[in-house]
Amino acid sequence: MTDLQEFRAAIRAWLEENCPEEMRQPMSEADVCWGGRNWEFHSDAQRIWLERMAARGWTVPTWPKDCGGAGLSGDQDRILKEEMTRISARPPLQSFGIWMLGPALLAFGTEAQKQHYLPQIARGEVRWCQGYSEPGAGSDLASLQTKGVDCGDHFEVSGQKIWTSYADKADWIFCLVRTEPEAPKHKGISFLLFDMTSEGVTTKPIQLISGSSPFCETFFDNVKVPKAQIVGERGTGWTIAKYLLTHEREMIGATDSALFGSDDLVEVAREALGVDEQERLDDPILRGRIADFLIDEIAFDAELARAKSWIRAGQQLGAESATLKYTGTELNKRRQELIMAAGGLAALEWDFANAAGDEKASLWLRSKGNSIEGGTSEVMLSILSKAVLELG
Amino acid sequence: MRLLSEEQTMIRDMAAGFLEEKAPVDALRKQRDNDGGYDRALTGEMAEMGWFGMLLEEEAGGVDMGAEAAGLVAEEMGRRLSASPFLSSGVMSAVTLRATGRTDWAAKVAEGSAVVAMAIDERVKHRPDAIATTAAKSGNGFVLNGAKRFVTDGAGADRVIVTAITEDGLGLFLVDPQLDGAETRDLKTVDSRNAADLRFDNVQLDGAALLALGDAAQEALDGALRVGRSVASAELVGVSKEMADRTSAYLKERKQFGMALSSFQALQHRAADLYTQIQTTDAVVAAALQAIDTGHDDAELLSRVAKAKAGKTASLAVREALQMHGGIGMTDALDIGLFMKKARACAEYLGDGECHGDWLLRQRGL
Ligand SMILES: Cc1cc2nc3c(=O)[nH]c(=O)nc-3n(C[C@H](O)[C@H](O)[C@H](O)COP(=O)(O)OP(=O)(O)OC[C@H]3O[C@@H](n4cnc5c(N)ncnc54)[C@H](O)[C@@H]3O)c2cc1C
Ligand SMILES: Cc1cc2nc3c(=O)[nH]c(=O)nc-3n(C[C@H](O)[C@H](O)[C@H](O)COP(=O)(O)OP(=O)(O)OC[C@H]3O[C@@H](n4cnc5c(N)ncnc54)[C@H](O)[C@@H]3O)c2cc1C
Repeated sequence: MTDLQEFRAAIRAWLEENCPEEMRQPMSEADVCWGGRNWEFHSDAQRIWLERMAARGWTVPTWPKDCGGAGLSGDQDRILKEEMTRISARPPLQSFGIWMLGPALLAFGTEAQKQHYLPQIARGEVRWCQGYSEPGAGSDLASLQTKGVDCGDHFEVSGQKIWTSYADKADWIFCLVRTEPEAPKHKGISFLLFDMTSEGVTTKPIQLISGSSPFCETFFDNVKVPKAQIVGERGTGWTIAKYLLTHEREMIGATDSALFGSDDLVEVAREALGVDEQERLDDPILRGRIADFLIDEIAFDAELARAKSWIRAGQQLGAESATLKYTGTELNKRRQELIMAAGGLAALEWDFANAAGDEKASLWLRSKGNSIEGGTSEVMLSILSKAVLELG
Repeated sequence: MRLLSEEQTMIRDMAAGFLEEKAPVDALRKQRDNDGGYDRALTGEMAEMGWFGMLLEEEAGGVDMGAEAAGLVAEEMGRRLSASPFLSSGVMSAVTLRATGRTDWAAKVAEGSAVVAMAIDERVKHRPDAIATTAAKSGNGFVLNGAKRFVTDGAGADRVIVTAITEDGLGLFLVDPQLDGAETRDLKTVDSRNAADLRFDNVQLDGAALLALGDAAQEALDGALRVGRSVASAELVGVSKEMADRTSAYLKERKQFGMALSSFQALQHRAADLYTQIQTTDAVVAAALQAIDTGHDDAELLSRVAKAKAGKTASLAVREALQMHGGIGMTDALDIGLFMKKARACAEYLGDGECHGDWLLRQRGL
């Protein structure tokens, strides 16, 4: 056996032994384990699964060992994912820490910062939120006004963020703050980390059209942030912010239906509409639209697989993350539109006040945010036309 | 965003260099204006570089490089609208001859001394399963009756591989179009490429004409279609990329309202959207070609999705290119029209989005 075959055999045996049966079931958004100081596990199985995986460094398999990971190579990581998929094992932990802050700290953090923050993320002990958008700074993020005043050994942060996903549930925030008011707009931003229980932080949930309230208005009133909690140099926050966004976009574009808990379009259509004597969907026009969608979806799966192998080969996605973000989110919106159309009248039964995250209407409505969060589709197209096509 | 090995990069660059010199868009234009058939000397040169033996084993004079390599060449052909029987003879017929063990004719294809075309369609839409042509047993051989439409590179072909129904199910026959009772009608087509309608009226075939029968014939045909679709998709990717590149360049160069067209966001976003479509298409086409080479179960599915997607994307690319060029895009002197015609024909050939979308839904029980 080659090393990789041995590795696969060892992983398979370990997963067989250690992945609880309950963690081998299809999941919806409600089943995600986000971790954090206040996390209440949904079951013993969810807790055990996280503890066991974290102990091996497999919540963040490619991170270095001293940062809570397992230091796996690209190939080893792929094998681990394949073996988990083989038994339908759920991801033990998902978080903004894993997807976004982690990669940014690995690239820009000091040794001390990596050793301190990354293992907490890997073990699911601290849950992070993202303080980027403000009421006046959306697509034009660099115009943000939340200010950080230099007070010797700390910054005093004041201002308002908005659309901060899970701010009311998160323990810490990675936050863009203007610390150099005199500098040009892209050169005056710093990337700060602070505890959401700090004095002066308040959050106010905002309800979405899909019924849930995952995001908040977040207010900072003279919040003291020690200077050790800055990532990178003062005024270089924009570079870090952009780097982090490429990882966020890659994640949003690549998020499979598992995370969004989506129904299978073909199954929904068959169940709701039935088939004719020739076993074809009894609605030829909708059938054509579904076929057209599936072609695009399968093609996109191939694109994602290619991007993953690209990353495993040690390449950065860079502007290509905008391609994945744009294509993936526009596809997901189409998928949810088609599921609603296939579901017909039955898909309309839905209670705003008691909506569950995995209902068709909830997912349909929530999907509309996909092409807005993490940078809108229009912003993605602008990035591509400048960075790749060099139009301007 | 594709990771090519050193060898693959070499194949691509060699193909680009050769085609740029010997088979650029202007060559197709000349062929159209001079009413010429294909250029045998060019086929010979391509064969010398191994292109017609990429999918053939060494015993047949092939170089056995696989579908991915053929795709790289096809993409460069698509970028230049290179007119060659590469896809029909060097890819699909070669794969069929290999699968049915006909080293004799495979060797002629590989060395470029013979062109073998595939006669598989009888209807106006690609339906290789809808066969009315029959081959009835007669002595040692068969009697062939029927008609095939739009046989690509069928005009002047040395042999055609014909699908026909026999007592034992599907049969594949290697037919000499010069035989008594066989009639070839050359067609002029929108893409100015070689095509012909064939009729068979009591054509007597000897036993050696039979390539395969029943399941073996089906398997050989399916294999040829799978590779053919994937390589044709790569050619369409070449068409799309060329159109996108030329359009971006034109937007930067052309000024209106005192500035370059490339400064208008309405055009930037359309160019960027096209770019993303091409990326997705490129990925699924590469995946299909790889799946064929590695013998992966997904090859059939991917080759169909690739063909459907590549046709859609090429259609978008040529329409956007023409529109964004404005009035000049409508002129024959500019090449865009030629690419548009190629995209239309190539999207239709071997099945369009509806054809393969229908297959996909049947697979999924819908
Ligand atoms: C579900 C969800 C979760 C989110 N979570 C977070 C979070 O956790 N943290 C966080 O910081 N933010 C978060 N956001 C905010 C998100 O990043 C912003 O909504 C997004 O960047 C767009 O900003 P905006 O809403 O101010 O829209 P605007 O920037 O005002 O845009 C409005 C419209 O104009 C278009 N537009 C803007 N500029 C241009 C231009 N130059 N050219 C062409 N069109 C343009 C946009 O594409 C959009 O269609 C979240 C948003 C959503 C929907
Ligand atoms: C079949 C045909 C017949 C014609 N007959 C006549 C005739 O009889 N008499 C006559 O005088 N003319 C005629 N024309 C010319 C026609 O009016 C022009 O082609 C047309 O106005 C476009 O100009 P253009 O070709 O220079 O393209 P351009 O103006 O260079 O435009 C190129 C592309 O850029 C886009 N574009 C340009 N400016 C902007 C902007 N600000 N924002 C966004 N996009 C932009 C355009 O929409 C187009 O897609 C004819 C054209 C055709 C195709």
